[in-house]
Amino acid sequence: MAINTDKNSYTVLFATGMVIIVGALLAFMASSFKEKITENKRIEKQQNILYAMGVNENDETSVEFVSKSIVGKEFTKYIVKQYVVTGNEVVEDANAYLIDIKKEAAAAKDSNYTRRLPLFVGEKDNATFYIVPVRGKGLWDAVWGYVAIDTQLVIQGVYFDHAGETPGLGSNIKERFFMDDFKGEHFMDGDTFKGVAVAKGNADPKNNRKTDFAVDAIAGATITGDGISAMLKKDLQLYVPYLKTLKQ
Amino acid sequence: MGLLSKKDAKLITDPLADNNPITIQVLGICSALAITADLKASIVMSIAVLFVLGLGNVVISLMRNIIPSKIRIIVQLIVVATLVIIVDIILKAFAYELSKTLSVFVGLIITNCIIMGRFEAFALANGPWKSFLDGIGNSLGYGVILVIVGFFRELLGSGTLLGIKVLGDPIEKTGVYAFGYENNGFMLLAPMALITLGIIIWVQRARNTSLIEN
Repeated sequence: MAINTDKNSYTVLFATGMVIIVGALLAFMASSFKEKITENKRIEKQQNILYAMGVNENDETSVEFVSKSIVGKEFTKYIVKQYVVTGNEVVEDANAYLIDIKKEAAAAKDSNYTRRLPLFVGEKDNATFYIVPVRGKGLWDAVWGYVAIDTQLVIQGVYFDHAGETPGLGSNIKERFFMDDFKGEHFMDGDTFKGVAVAKGNADPKNNRKTDFAVDAIAGATITGDGISAMLKKDLQLYVPYLKTLKQ
Repeated sequence: MGLLSKKDAKLITDPLADNNPITIQVLGICSALAITADLKASIVMSIAVLFVLGLGNVVISLMRNIIPSKIRIIVQLIVVATLVIIVDIILKAFAYELSKTLSVFVGLIITNCIIMGRFEAFALANGPWKSFLDGIGNSLGYGVILVIVGFFRELLGSGTLLGIKVLGDPIEKTGVYAFGYENNGFMLLAPMALITLGIIIWVQRARNTSLIEN
């Protein structure tokens, strides 16, 4: 059967048909797997939060979360409280970890809106951790993470992730050698907030200086590193008024 | 290759050397430069392209008689984008961790010009079986170069292979670092990927002078 594929009417018809078929197919796929994907994302959030406070299955160099099958149990065991900080008001909310901080950040652009800040309290081996979610921009796309802080306001662990940083360069922010550098790092200079900068020329590859408010940058990932610095500065600062009350 | 006729086997072996998509056809350079800073990323990308190109070539080949030539490029783009997104959704639902590893590659696969190049040059004019073999051959040829570039960039740039410190520890100064060796950070940047690729092209043409254009 020979079709004259050069005719305009055929071209328009083909294009219309293709758009309808492909659109329907993708919409169908997306909606039929939506529940499963949302569930996977929820589990991932729990794994990330636990990872930051040191509940994970890491060996020497790997990044291993607690397994999917037990993460729900571990989450209720280690995360003892979840708060939502809104201005001066602090309320407990068992689903605070489901707050979409991207939406909160967008809503906060309206000056009448007081941003809801989720905060998770973890307890492990008699130590208390305050885990703060952070989100910012890398080179290509979003970067985000969780920062676990102790009562002295010293970072005890972090987890970073990204949507599309360059494989082998910016994507290394979720590798151990980078994340482990944040352990023990200070972000407060007395009462002043300093943040933690991802710094080039830091000349401290073993990260011995814990109070210099900087960790070593990754070669070839300058913009991603700057994104991490900015993200920590911007989002950690939001929690400082509340965290200060803990220190007293 | 008892399974394949001589002609079919050539579809797979040619792109590996004398008709390599990267070094001879000069397709897919962008991703070869962007993601070869370490070996693991090179391997993951090669496997992903193998899958998409193999399947995409078959789909395009099956549609070749009904695609209007005026909008064929857009149709090809839609086919490859749809395939990649479907795979991405399925992985997100059933193999979430794998999908996290692959998510950064999705955009790179859709815009990979090898895929469009093979659709345009081969699948539109040949049957599905031949197109499938052509897809496999070309993605293997692409993969070989990616792995070679990734190997040298990771070894010389970070002193590691697949994340394992093969040259010793640069911070503790063990292995070759004890003798004053330093990692070449320049290897991690895209310009050195281009130079590495240039050296591969040079070596290949020096060994087989028939490849040199006048």
